[in-house]
Amino acid sequence: MSGFFQQVVLGLGSGAIYASLALALVLIYRFTDIVNFAQGELAMFSTYIAWQLTAAGVPFWLALPITLAVSFLGGVLIERLVIRPFEGGPELTVVIVTVGLFVFVNALAGLIWSFLVKSVPSPFPDGALDVGGVNISLQTLGTLGVVAAVMGLLFLLFQKTKIGLAMRAVANDPASARLVGIRVGRVLALGWGLSATVGAISGILVAPVLFLDPNLMGGVLVYAFAAATLGGFDSPVGAVVGGLIVGVAETLSGAYVDAIGSDLKIGVPLAIIVVVLLVRPRGLFGHAVVERV
Amino acid sequence: MKSTSETAERETATEAVPAATARVLPPWARWVLLALAAAAVLYAPFYFAPFRVFQLTLVLVYAVVLLGLNLLVGYSGQISLGHGAFFAVGAYGTAILMRDGDIPYLLTLPIAAAVTFVLGLAFGVPALRLRGLYLALVTLSMAIFLPPLLKRFPELTGGSQGLSVEQPASPAWTGLAEDQWLYYVSLAVAVVAFVLVRNLLRSRAGRALLAVRENEAAAEVMGVRPSFYKTLAFAWSAMLAGVGGAVSTWVIGYVAPDSFTVVLSINLLAGLVIGGLASLSGAVYGAFFVMFVSSVAQDISGAAPGIASGLLIIAVMLIAPTGVAGLVRRLTAAARRRLAKE
Repeated sequence: MSGFFQQVVLGLGSGAIYASLALALVLIYRFTDIVNFAQGELAMFSTYIAWQLTAAGVPFWLALPITLAVSFLGGVLIERLVIRPFEGGPELTVVIVTVGLFVFVNALAGLIWSFLVKSVPSPFPDGALDVGGVNISLQTLGTLGVVAAVMGLLFLLFQKTKIGLAMRAVANDPASARLVGIRVGRVLALGWGLSATVGAISGILVAPVLFLDPNLMGGVLVYAFAAATLGGFDSPVGAVVGGLIVGVAETLSGAYVDAIGSDLKIGVPLAIIVVVLLVRPRGLFGHAVVERV
Repeated sequence: MKSTSETAERETATEAVPAATARVLPPWARWVLLALAAAAVLYAPFYFAPFRVFQLTLVLVYAVVLLGLNLLVGYSGQISLGHGAFFAVGAYGTAILMRDGDIPYLLTLPIAAAVTFVLGLAFGVPALRLRGLYLALVTLSMAIFLPPLLKRFPELTGGSQGLSVEQPASPAWTGLAEDQWLYYVSLAVAVVAFVLVRNLLRSRAGRALLAVRENEAAAEVMGVRPSFYKTLAFAWSAMLAGVGGAVSTWVIGYVAPDSFTVVLSINLLAGLVIGGLASLSGAVYGAFFVMFVSSVAQDISGAAPGIASGLLIIAVMLIAPTGVAGLVRRLTAAARRRLAKE
């Protein structure tokens, strides 16, 4: 039985990483109704920035805030320069543009840092806690803690600050928000910046586990999509819950279902996506979209 | 709202061109131009070196696939980020038939077409419940899942090594080299596909597709069943991708899981967008792009193709949402106006 719980703990650890990227996806979706296919690649790029800084001798805890700040600015710039002309346009166009961004950012990272794999030190110490026969590594604990902290900070930002109020107003109804004097454009840019920051955290968390290369986040993005779909694309809480469920489901099925093994594990999030979309398209915590014809 | 006006403009532009050309150029001149173009296409395999002929053949293959993708994305407004998967099914199906089955290679084409048609139909039904982003997600999933799945059954697919098949030889009576023969075979397939799709779009079904794309509710009120036509568009589109895959196996003589990664699907969509959505000629321009990007990616394994295609996708959507085909249309329209004035 402890073997089972061991797998659950492992699953929660990777689930927390999926949850953080899913959170980034959901943030952008809430504000702009855009699903950013380039989200994972932006996170990967941020991770490279952090790696570059630490490789140049900057201590990790200084490199981290610099990376997050750069990512925030990057997110704002991308919204302003690339995405803004397409906001409110047909969904097809927006999806294609973020796919273009995906291809571009991926290649850009390859151009700057080459496609060779780099190893990234973990920000957390080695070692593990033994809880009733189940090993919980500090890495897993740290990841869960960081994601919980990000979640808490976002909650405070949205519920307790004036900016958060403005952001919620824009997410709810951009036209009305503009009428009460909120600068909608700035709020959207802020949303992209925040999302890029949250994404950067997920990249930095996952890089020590998966090793860093330009395709770092390709797989993680699929899990994050599954997490966001399961939780509901417009629900931050759903993203986190969804991420944890997807992580546990992945580890358990990899461990106990022989037909899946390690090579077909990617099928787990894909199956979750398809089943959720067919059975309950709005996800666990999402709101059904009612369209007026 | 934006989409409706944009596509409407696109449609009227397509309609306007032939009529206006007829006004400026006498009918015989159009026929001469067409004949010259046809002659150039037919003479190409004698003019170029075998490797270039091979590349042109691939352009024809991709043109068929993009034609199918266009039917889905451009004409019925559904997104597919996973068309490489249907292409792969066509290619693998043909390779397996050519290895195991003792049948003439030309027979593999209708079989591949039938299999991918049924597959597309099966996929089109759940796709009905998904729109826009969700459909993009599910098709993307399909493209991601296929390569590991292909590697899973090595007895059938050759695993990660892939399968080599004997390429069809040119019949002795033609006196053609193998690459030239394959070029003409691909050309024939592409021409048939183009004619079929063109006629399809002008038929009742084509008009129904456009109506559904523009406004599903309105189309339904007019008596068009959206679910029927959307599923059918998926099936046709998958079938053309499968046909392209079958021909690509003849041309390349080799299939491997790593040729059908999600990158291929993304390149196909990029090629379609750059060539021109909802335009028949766009498929040809786009095919050149897909061929170029995939062959450059092999030459210099680096970042250049990704950077170029990423920037191109965004720039095209920003500056010329109708793609190369739209640009060509606008240029010829401008030239015609000038001619008409003189």
